Amino acid sequence: MRAFRWVHPGRLAAAVAAVVLTGCSTGTTQAGGTGDAAARVYVPPGQYDEFYMFASGGFSGQVSVYGLPSGRLLRVIPVFSQDPEKSYGYSEQSKPMLETSYGFIPWDDAHHPSLSKTDALNDGRWLFINGNNTPRIARIDLAEMNTKEIIEIPNGAGNHASPFVTQGTEYVVSATRFSVPTPQKDVPIASFKENFSGLISFVAVDPQSGKLTLGFQVHVPGFDYDLARPGKGPSHGWAFFTSYNTEQANSLKERNASQNDKDVIAAVNWKQGEQCVAQGKATVWPARYAHNWVDEADVAHSEMLTATRVLEPADCPGLIYYIPTPKSPHGVDVDPSGEFFAAGGKLAAMVPVFAFSKLQQAIAGKEFDKELNGIPVLKYESVLSCEVRDNPGLGPLHTEFDANGNAYTSMFLSSEITKWRVKDCAVLDRIPTYYSIGHLLVPGGDTRQPDGKYVIALNKITKDRYLPTGPELAQSAQLIDITGAKMKLLLDFPTIGEPHYAQAILASKIKDRQIKTFDLAGNKDPFAVKAEKDTRVERKGNVVHVYMTSIRSHFMPDNIEGVQVGDSVYIHVTNLEQDWDVPHGFAVTGAHNSELLVMPGQTRTTVWVPQRVGVFPFYCTDFCSALHQEMQGYIRVSPRGTGVAVSFNSPK
Amino acid sequence: MNPASTALRWGEGRVADPPFTQARPTADSTQVRLMARSSRLTLAAAALALSLVYLLPLWHIGLKAPQYPEGLGLYIGVNRIVGEKPQDLNSINNLNHYIGMKVITPGDIPELRFMPWLVAGLIGLGLAAAVSGKRALLYLWVGLFASGAAAGLADFYRWGYDYGHDLAPDAIIKIPGMTYQPPLLGNKQMLNFYATSWPAAGGVVLILALGVGVWLVLRERGSPPVPA
Repeated sequence: MRAFRWVHPGRLAAAVAAVVLTGCSTGTTQAGGTGDAAARVYVPPGQYDEFYMFASGGFSGQVSVYGLPSGRLLRVIPVFSQDPEKSYGYSEQSKPMLETSYGFIPWDDAHHPSLSKTDALNDGRWLFINGNNTPRIARIDLAEMNTKEIIEIPNGAGNHASPFVTQGTEYVVSATRFSVPTPQKDVPIASFKENFSGLISFVAVDPQSGKLTLGFQVHVPGFDYDLARPGKGPSHGWAFFTSYNTEQANSLKERNASQNDKDVIAAVNWKQGEQCVAQGKATVWPARYAHNWVDEADVAHSEMLTATRVLEPADCPGLIYYIPTPKSPHGVDVDPSGEFFAAGGKLAAMVPVFAFSKLQQAIAGKEFDKELNGIPVLKYESVLSCEVRDNPGLGPLHTEFDANGNAYTSMFLSSEITKWRVKDCAVLDRIPTYYSIGHLLVPGGDTRQPDGKYVIALNKITKDRYLPTGPELAQSAQLIDITGAKMKLLLDFPTIGEPHYAQAILASKIKDRQIKTFDLAGNKDPFAVKAEKDTRVERKGNVVHVYMTSIRSHFMPDNIEGVQVGDSVYIHVTNLEQDWDVPHGFAVTGAHNSELLVMPGQTRTTVWVPQRVGVFPFYCTDFCSALHQEMQGYIRVSPRGTGVAVSFNSPK
Repeated sequence: MNPASTALRWGEGRVADPPFTQARPTADSTQVRLMARSSRLTLAAAALALSLVYLLPLWHIGLKAPQYPEGLGLYIGVNRIVGEKPQDLNSINNLNHYIGMKVITPGDIPELRFMPWLVAGLIGLGLAAAVSGKRALLYLWVGLFASGAAAGLADFYRWGYDYGHDLAPDAIIKIPGMTYQPPLLGNKQMLNFYATSWPAAGGVVLILALGVGVWLVLRERGSPPVPA
């Protein structure tokens, strides 16, 4: 006799919901999946993906590189955080990259990867990404997929609206998300309205070298400048920044900054700003901000800069205008033509689309509503092209575009993507995301010629999407086909950290430019040795320098004596290999440091302070060859003040 | 009738050919056998074409292995040995240390220093033969060329044999009976490497030039002398 059992109420509810939502209880596909999805995302073994996708690692501080459409993780590029796997931020050559005006900071919160542009198209040269917490912008060289430069943004706080790129990579932008006393001073927090303000910064990019210099900063009222996009085509020369908290609340902002029906978009004419700076209208503020870069010798340096040029809007008429926009706006995104830009209001149920030509007419006709801290506020209707009103979803955040005049907007609250037509704001299609989508991207979606094909949803919550992994779950990306009239979910894959934003570029623009090895003959590291016969060990007081080489499958020297407890032992390892994909590692017992990972032709240095007497092994950590295990050696550590002379073995 | 009895034997026929005999000028002790104008031009072209070997590699040795799907390669030229890709020679030397092979150092191979002069001599002699039109010089040219090519191949074999057999006694990888001589011409599997050895563009030029020389010899031997 069968025991009577309760039907699990959740299952019952789910079954009912499934019938209600889909109208079909015998569906053959899982939530969102489509029949041919596997074939669409399958990249056979040994074949390449069509796109590189560069995703922010969010609070991991790094950038992760995926192939699309497969969703395969290809690399994690260390940027703002130490990475022991790659000895980034641990080797002497890379530690200066993480210097700031606050000292060495081993972490940041990375949000918005932005590909460099030429003529409003992705050119595949560099990738920029912001550090939100200690305001910084990093530049990654895409031929090497390594971070080459980091510049701190002085007097900023919460570098979130960053580092979006102008159409010719003239500037990458930055803005203060968390208004603070600017420059900093000791004032009551309640004096927000009189003492707090923000800066919108334009960081210039050298067209040849990519070198970052702080161009100028615009001193703006103390709202929270949240996201940005520079214009392109007709709107080239302008940049648009959303801002919330026009209430200027300083506490419990979730409520107090959500009171105004409309906040604003700051439309900044940066070419006008350049002119005002050239006319000497900027004031020089004292500042302290770090500028870190990797030199020709592949060695990082850090300098502290002490001045910044700041423009007051009152001194530069025509520099900045405010456009009212509904309910705590988040993203502001410019369409491929450069004529239209859409704003997402986090608490809104519609998406306003503005027209750049109407903005110009409204400015010319002085169609102003009022002034906000001396900055003209344009009439909403004067700038508006149309509103996406036909039940587009809840909580619009970000919009990207395809090449056919369509826009795709992420809806955080209703967890979906809505497709709509730019010219008339008609809603065309919608697809659920799993769950709580933040940013989304179309390959090339911020260029004048999007590659289209896919929209990728970047989700905050995954709950039941993967095998559970305890309390902490992965965030995810979802690949959605946009080639047909209806969007189709093809794939979802977990990501590293929170993939706030990502950009994708045709692999053909990058893959053939990849550097395979560093040229040993051109190695300019001051501690490099280019042949085994030049390897040596030198003592200078309590400092011992070991000039070591690695090549399959041995170190030279691999027997070192004469090191004493408490010495600072600088071990400089030059990888003599000139073969692709043959890095060597180096690790020694008890080092308060990561391993070294040394690319072919490269030199990396670790510092080891031996604490105990004895003979300590070191070895290669990256499986390099059939005799990788034999790639090891010994360092003898003698008591302090002992008479053991420095000695080492030499090649025969 | 025995057909063999009517066949010409080596040396017969031409001398007995009345028109040729009659066309010959009167005997003159200063007369030399000169080449046809077209032959001299062809010879000059062949000799000049040899100068291409200063620009083009003579030979290519290729190596493929699971770890090297893109392959490693060496180009052997008249005066240099270089990697197919910039680091290939370096990589091949590094791999060879496992089997105890000597390091390939182009600077230590004397042939690379004197071969350019041999080629220059061949070009000069070929041009001299073409300008003077002397058939004897043509025969000398082809003879030297052919023996030089044979000596070159033998030398190439000797180097290959030496590298492949003269291995360090304390080599990391020692397999009884295994040697690592690359093929003189053709393909061969050696441990995880598949080696190929074929003429490269410059080698093809050499072969064609020699072929032209041989053809000219055959042609000229069948032609009457031309007055000086």
